[in-house]
Amino acid sequence: MYRYDEFDERFVRERVEQFRDEVARRLDGSLTEDEFRPLRLKNGLYLQLHAYMLRIAIPYGTLSSRQLRQLALIADRYDRGYGHFTTRQNIQFNWPKLRDAPDILGLLADVEMHCIQTSGNCIRNVTADHFAGVAADEIDDPRPVCELIRQWSSAHPEFSYLPRKFKIAVTGALHDRAVVKAHDIGLRMVRDRETSAKGFEVIVGGGLGRTPFVGKVIRDFLPEDELLAYLEAIMRVYNLEGRRDNKYKARVKILVHEIGVEAFREKVEAEYARLDVASINPDPAEVERIAAYFAPPAYEKLPAQSTALDAAMKLNPAFAEWVEINGFEHKAPGYVAVTVSLKGIGEVPGDMTSDQMRHFADLTDRFSLGELRVSHNQNLILPDVKKKDLFPLWQELGKFGLATANVGLITDIIACPGLDYCSLATARSIPIAQAIATRFADPVRQRDIGPLNLNISGCINACGHHHVGHIGILGLEKRGQESYQITLGGDSSEDAAIGDVIGPGLTGDAVPGAIERLVAIYLQERREGEPFIATVKRIGQAPFKAAFQHYVEGLRDHAA
Amino acid sequence: MSAAKRPPLPVILLANDLLDGEVVFRSDKGWSRDPGEALIAFDDEAAVALEQAGQRAYANNEVVEVALVDVSLTGDGKPVPNHFRERFKVNGPTVRLDLGKQAVYGRR
Ligand code: HEM
Ligand code: SF4
Repeated sequence: MYRYDEFDERFVRERVEQFRDEVARRLDGSLTEDEFRPLRLKNGLYLQLHAYMLRIAIPYGTLSSRQLRQLALIADRYDRGYGHFTTRQNIQFNWPKLRDAPDILGLLADVEMHCIQTSGNCIRNVTADHFAGVAADEIDDPRPVCELIRQWSSAHPEFSYLPRKFKIAVTGALHDRAVVKAHDIGLRMVRDRETSAKGFEVIVGGGLGRTPFVGKVIRDFLPEDELLAYLEAIMRVYNLEGRRDNKYKARVKILVHEIGVEAFREKVEAEYARLDVASINPDPAEVERIAAYFAPPAYEKLPAQSTALDAAMKLNPAFAEWVEINGFEHKAPGYVAVTVSLKGIGEVPGDMTSDQMRHFADLTDRFSLGELRVSHNQNLILPDVKKKDLFPLWQELGKFGLATANVGLITDIIACPGLDYCSLATARSIPIAQAIATRFADPVRQRDIGPLNLNISGCINACGHHHVGHIGILGLEKRGQESYQITLGGDSSEDAAIGDVIGPGLTGDAVPGAIERLVAIYLQERREGEPFIATVKRIGQAPFKAAFQHYVEGLRDHAA
Repeated sequence: MSAAKRPPLPVILLANDLLDGEVVFRSDKGWSRDPGEALIAFDDEAAVALEQAGQRAYANNEVVEVALVDVSLTGDGKPVPNHFRERFKVNGPTVRLDLGKQAVYGRR
């Protein structure tokens, strides 16, 4: 894992002291709220419905056990004993006090963490495939590149006042688990067909929010060592030409849409041709220095199969189910990556208590070389578990309610905080997620339904990724009531798609019933082994819309 | 805030405390954390007085996010915001009844 060098360390410490000073000036009245707000946002401190909220970056989703313990300590000392993992590979605390914020930032700096660039119109926390470095389907670990981008984009003077926020996601794998097509820039590692050299497919202009777009490819193959200069060219074009007159039209996706991908590509290539590429791209020695931090650990030579695991799975069906659902194929024989669900039935998606954090940190040390991952699905990953250790790990996780076997299933719901916390929300998200999870809690039924992404946002900003959920739910306000709009056919994978609205809005209590109808159509229409989204793509929206319409009419008759 | 922009009466004045972010209510003793102590304005004059108290407190760096909120009165005369957003704000997260105002002052 990357460790700060002297420069990083000094930079983060200085920022803490700067913020301490800014808070002091706010408290003694020398800064007004209008002056102070952008300063606190630069340090990840928002004001929400009930309190302040602190957003902490987890660069490319990699966290150490030591850092997780520190988060637990902050949760206990300065918050209410829990944190919320988000779709942006951040963690948020919901109750910090302004007066404590500088001390919290100090505690974060002690473990090489910060909140810089988690807000504002800059390049935000770079996200990555949560199985980076261990996935069997990977060309290479994307994290060295993420770290390069992080260093290049941190406090970049030219890109600190962009027209709007800017999000970059990277994957090194064949299958996209980082939703790269829904980011301002998505980078997908590929190999050149002829030389088999490593490089990137560069995707620009994806995004969710009020105008969702799937990103468009502007370069099929960019050699790896040209990446930063090419990114700089993209950023320059956006910085210059992105709209600043209307915040709803300021994201790069709108620019790409308005001028067209061809024109955008030409501008980028023209800018790229003008740039002094050598002065931007890092020195190979520096690239190597960074890459060394991500060198694979010394894996033990293990047999691909574990007899201990096979025996435990035979004896214990619940354990076997968990292994099958939450396990993920590892590069190294005898190892497995395990997703630990933060979606216990009826729990708040993505929330974790400080006790769970500490316990989990201990398990990370004992079973996964002290490192864990945070996924955009709001779950945690133990990347390097020996197959033979899975059974004791599962038993330990169970003690703290962390052994739910539902990864990728209908109860593994992504949900933003919604109106239970968020001041921008138009409706609640979490209670809807809880009601759906409870309705579909039966493990046999969930497994029968199979892979299904259900995502919920509490307003059009789409922090809960509803547009790219196979089923998406968007909370709105309609005539003074919370109302939920349902979309179908979204996809966050390499076949990214934005879902379509299937009918009128529903009240919250009618949502689980509507999901039942959609699932019923799938179960009736699916072919052998065909997952939900494939059936939707094959048979189209019409049968689902009809069933939904029928359901809505039934509700109306019932109410009449 | 002009009268046109003011919510319908009766109203209370909500804000977040600058230092710790907690939701506070304008009461006859200044700012209170207890929603039950909120002053209720039943006429324009009282609403303007609340509004001005809010502006002063904002300028004095005591509070942020100051807003008049229209309410209805419960049987015992306690104000409850009419809009669900502010109802959540004076109660706390509906998914964590152990947190927020509701945990200390009861749900309304
Ligand atoms: C303090 C609470 C939050 C605020 C004020 C906030 C604000 C926003 C806004 C204004 C947008 C729309 C941006 C645009 O389209 O230009 C947005 C998008 C987004 N936010 Fe949040 N958000 C909050 C919490 C979260 C949380 C908790 C998550 C993760 C669960 C998250 C992840 C995202 C994502 C993934 C998007 C859509 C992707 C995109 O930028 O196009 N946000 N947020
Ligand atoms: S989608 Fe809306 S409600 Fe949900 S966290 Fe984002 S801004 Fe808040």
